[in-house]
Amino acid sequence: MDRPYGMLAELTYGCPLHCPYCSNPLNLADYRDELTTAEWQRVMTEARELGVLQLHLSGGEPLQRRDLEEIVASARDVGLYTNLITSSLGLSPRRAEQLRAAGLDHVQISIQADEPALSDRIAGTPSYERKIASAHLVKELGWPLTLNVVLHRHNIDRIGRILDLAEELGADRIELANTQYYGWAWRNREALLPSRVQLEGAEAIVRAARQRLKGKMEIIYVIPDYYSKYPKPCMGGWGRRQLTVTPTGSVLPCPAAHTLPLPRATVREHSLAWIWEESPLFQRFRGTEWMPEPCRSCDRREVDFGGCRCQAFQLTGDAARTDPVCHLSPDHQLVAEAVQAANEGAEPGEAELIPRTFTKSNNHYSPTGGLESERSVP
Amino acid sequence: MSIAVLSTNRPRLARQIRLEWDTVREQHVLLAPEGVLVLNQTGATILGLCDGERTVVEIVEELRGKYNHVADDEVRDFLARLVAKRWVELGDG
Repeated sequence: MDRPYGMLAELTYGCPLHCPYCSNPLNLADYRDELTTAEWQRVMTEARELGVLQLHLSGGEPLQRRDLEEIVASARDVGLYTNLITSSLGLSPRRAEQLRAAGLDHVQISIQADEPALSDRIAGTPSYERKIASAHLVKELGWPLTLNVVLHRHNIDRIGRILDLAEELGADRIELANTQYYGWAWRNREALLPSRVQLEGAEAIVRAARQRLKGKMEIIYVIPDYYSKYPKPCMGGWGRRQLTVTPTGSVLPCPAAHTLPLPRATVREHSLAWIWEESPLFQRFRGTEWMPEPCRSCDRREVDFGGCRCQAFQLTGDAARTDPVCHLSPDHQLVAEAVQAANEGAEPGEAELIPRTFTKSNNHYSPTGGLESERSVP
Repeated sequence: MSIAVLSTNRPRLARQIRLEWDTVREQHVLLAPEGVLVLNQTGATILGLCDGERTVVEIVEELRGKYNHVADDEVRDFLARLVAKRWVELGDG
């Protein structure tokens, strides 16, 4: 059996931002009983024993965990390479120095656009200036810096200026990833999905920038799968390379898989090794046995693994169908219709975005959470 | 376009890169931001010698003491691929 290389540790779903493409679950009330420091330490030790080498510390906003420094230090002790995926809100110089001392290897900061007003509007809170200050801080402390940018209809036309900003900040890497339509992003799909003209423009700029910045900055560009002929090899295959642990200890083959009607697996009841190797959840879509046609007889079945199970479920109601993104899928018209609408719809940037909100009852992290929804009530 | 590695360069691992022995897979691995490279024994030996002091020529000489048929250009190609990723830096020649 394959051993995992990477583990996404979602430390908390608390977050100061309200991004309209938030990929976290809609019902955060289910995720209050977070794993303790000691539980995370056990999970990280078991992860290393299972083969994990890369630890991605994410959320929500991982800086909201006061024990983050302790978690990082323990991860380093067991030999994991530690990546912090953050909005950077809460990264004071003092905190940054403590994380550096704890051995944090790499920092990834999200930015929403290159321009303060737009960035703050997308993030749903004033944050741009603090992000820029944090990016400088990361470089001053000698960390490798990655900028993470989620692309969509409202910011993709600014990709050239976003790349310029990354260069100015001395970023070592930039991940330009088109939105994936799960969770909150699904609600905003129409307002987020770019047009073909926008994509072609962006791709030309990325190609030129890659040439210009070769050996200086690594540019990762993820196309929106709605526009591709074949589906993405989601997570490198189900239960094959990666796993995700949620704030309450639920273990998933991919961060969106909590939406699927499958048996649960949690570190509070089982070892990580049992979950990876034997749990019904991880076995369900591993390999090629589960595949329907046209995947089963397709030459690409071990290239893209039938695409994304969560997307198949989201679009067809059946997680075991071919990802409808594939042009060979019998359900492909579901994707083709959305693409057609995106190319006939309102001008880019006009459609309204619904900011991610946290209802009062389930948001004990962000004092401003819920304001957006309250404001919209007449 | 690839970056030329000169015989006189003194390669070293970039600061953010870690060369480790993976006790689970029993192989050497190179750990980088969002990247893992599983190394064979030769690759691990080469990188173990990249200390910023030894020149490429000296590294090749040391390898010849350990292995048969060490090709100078293969060592330089291997390093050039890692330089292109910025995982290895070249000190002055």
